[in-house]
Amino acid sequence: MDIQFTEEQELLRSSVQRLLRDRYDFDARRKIVASEDGFSRKHWAEFAELGLLAAPFSEAAGGLGGGPLSTMIIMQEFGRHLVVEPFVETVVVAGGLLEHAGSDAQHQAYIADIIAGSKLWTLAWTERGSRFDLATVTTTARRDGNDYVLTGEKTAVMAAPWADYLIVSARTSGHRHDRGGVSLFVVDRRAANLDLQSFRTIDGRRAAEISLRGVRGELLGREGEGVAALEACRNRAIGALCAEAVGAIGELNDATLDYSKTRKQFGVTIGSFQVLQHRMVDMFIAHQEALSLMQHLSLSLGDDEAGISRLASGAKSKIGYAGKFVADQAVQLHGGMGMTDELNVGHYFKRISSINIQFGDPAYHVLRYAQLDAAA
Amino acid sequence: MELALSPEDAAFRDEVRAFIKDNYPAEMRVPNPETDLSKEQMLLWHRILHEKGWIAPLWPKEYGGPGWSITRRFIFEQETTRAGTMPPLAFSVTMVGPVIYTFGNAAQKAKFLPRILSGEDWWCQGYSEPGSGSDLATVRTKAVRDGDHYIVNGHKTWTTLAQHADWIFCLVRTDPAAKPQSGISFLLIDMKSPGVTVRPIITIDGSHEVNDVFLENVRVPAENLIGEENKGWTYAKFLLGNERTSMAGIGRSTRYLNRLKKIVKAEIPEDDPAHLEFIRDIARVELDVLALEATELRVVAQMARGIDPGPAASLFKIRGTEIFQDITELTHRAIGNDGLAIREHPVSANRFMPGPDYGHTASEKYLNSRKLSIYGGSNEIQRNIIAKAVLGL
Repeated sequence: MDIQFTEEQELLRSSVQRLLRDRYDFDARRKIVASEDGFSRKHWAEFAELGLLAAPFSEAAGGLGGGPLSTMIIMQEFGRHLVVEPFVETVVVAGGLLEHAGSDAQHQAYIADIIAGSKLWTLAWTERGSRFDLATVTTTARRDGNDYVLTGEKTAVMAAPWADYLIVSARTSGHRHDRGGVSLFVVDRRAANLDLQSFRTIDGRRAAEISLRGVRGELLGREGEGVAALEACRNRAIGALCAEAVGAIGELNDATLDYSKTRKQFGVTIGSFQVLQHRMVDMFIAHQEALSLMQHLSLSLGDDEAGISRLASGAKSKIGYAGKFVADQAVQLHGGMGMTDELNVGHYFKRISSINIQFGDPAYHVLRYAQLDAAA
Repeated sequence: MELALSPEDAAFRDEVRAFIKDNYPAEMRVPNPETDLSKEQMLLWHRILHEKGWIAPLWPKEYGGPGWSITRRFIFEQETTRAGTMPPLAFSVTMVGPVIYTFGNAAQKAKFLPRILSGEDWWCQGYSEPGSGSDLATVRTKAVRDGDHYIVNGHKTWTTLAQHADWIFCLVRTDPAAKPQSGISFLLIDMKSPGVTVRPIITIDGSHEVNDVFLENVRVPAENLIGEENKGWTYAKFLLGNERTSMAGIGRSTRYLNRLKKIVKAEIPEDDPAHLEFIRDIARVELDVLALEATELRVVAQMARGIDPGPAASLFKIRGTEIFQDITELTHRAIGNDGLAIREHPVSANRFMPGPDYGHTASEKYLNSRKLSIYGGSNEIQRNIIAKAVLGL
């Protein structure tokens, strides 16, 4: 159960740690977030150079074959440093869909550019009214020669303003909530008739509302079977987001504990107060449990186990609640300072809040976990 | 969730599983094994395990342990708890046994260890006293040396199953002038000695599990002193370390959780608004179990590689007991109005209880399991331990 990391995995971890320590401290991140683009192409190129963008892809697809465990290792460190660049969107989500659902021609056309760091991607699946349901799709796609033409609205598409390509879910048949009849399409973000309204997200990133009015798209995977591909994709995304959350939780715990040992009130350090000690023990336990569940999920994703969707939902929920608890307490224990934009604690709080919305919140996933229980 | 096992360990697991299936006594499968079995019935499984050589997984081979690896001990623990077997008496096998083979002399080892293994001697624990709570160093029971005997006077309490016990291991104060921790000795006392009186304490679930034990001018041979006089605190702490292992209780929680799901299915219609609340609460507890189980497996794997787990036992105690309390509370809520009823003691199948069988022990389990966060070092004490040892506070 405990992951005894291979030499390669240890190397990956230490090189990500080194890169982020040298190049991605909180001040560097602040500058990136405040920049015109809101992310750093220079850092993205460094991720590519280090092989991070190749790590999870199979060797057949031109990657390093590290699978979900390499994603876990990278994302835990990204979580510790609040990295804003769209690794999850480009590599894990879109890259995973291309690799698992795409044709050989699509592999060749797109994955090499992702690995090289020259193209950014994201997935546009959410719609107004879909909430967290992958099958609720009203955007339509109509066949036109070898291509399709897409019409509809997508909402809150993370990283869309940065992306070169989008993968868009659209209905080729059936009704609004039908599982069948949803297909996936590769769309050029700069295509004609595609309109983007960008906005800032609570965690310092960029997202967009997307309007498609007759936009040309290329089919990815089998027509009408997009929901199954999206489910598998969401499981991988959850694996990545859970690892990121665990990294953030660990960082918040370290920061809070350090603070409690220096901050004085009434002539003593606040860490000497038992009520705060017990709170921090509960934060420690939340981290330990989240870490264990994260490892369990990542190992299971790698093994392609049956019941993986249920486990992914369970982990998203449990780690989501753990993250919320730790983030709440970290702000609380930092007092007024925890409320400031200056201190990093509030930024971890916001990233965890954002993770807890992406691909479904803890309340959604706990019920999904219950519904997928064959024994109940 | 399973530990990744070598073929040999997997074969061992299958062997344990088959052994339980073939040998666990049917008459021990009663509604509430913790309260419904006689002393003789409780010992049935103990004797079977002893005959097999599996009674004391933690003990070194030279004293009668099976010589298992950490992984095999864990497998055994996992299989026996998953199957819902009654664990052998912890006070004998897990607690006093290791103290005797670690700190006792040759005569004590020869006299007591075989009788612990065979189940011939039933031990109880004389630690707590009225007013001592989690602060065990406040021991007031006095032992005064008189020739080759100690004269013991005092009052022990919360003594689990003392009504069945042949022996009690006691913390006694031998040096009243010393600092609280330094004047304590570890003494073994025959429960048949004149001056020993056991008085039942009935707990809120109606059961008789714990007792007061009064010691009045009890003459105890000095040869029953473990180790050195006034060094008892060291041995007591060693024992408490053993007490807190394997408290995650994953097997038990999993069994009770599966039972809870069946009860909810039978009791609460899907169109009842409470149904969704139960579904969600159960899912959350199930995830708590899963996360704790993953943590336990992570720690076991680390221990198997020789890594010190630190105060992981405190984490398991806190979360394991919180989880089991949640499950018993949910079960009690799930049976609705039938939760008003509680079985009378001594229990008997002939007494009327309303509602389906599955609900008959829900009230007493709910009430009884409130003890879990109090005993064995309260959960607050466990948090203190983690705060100090892990967080450095």
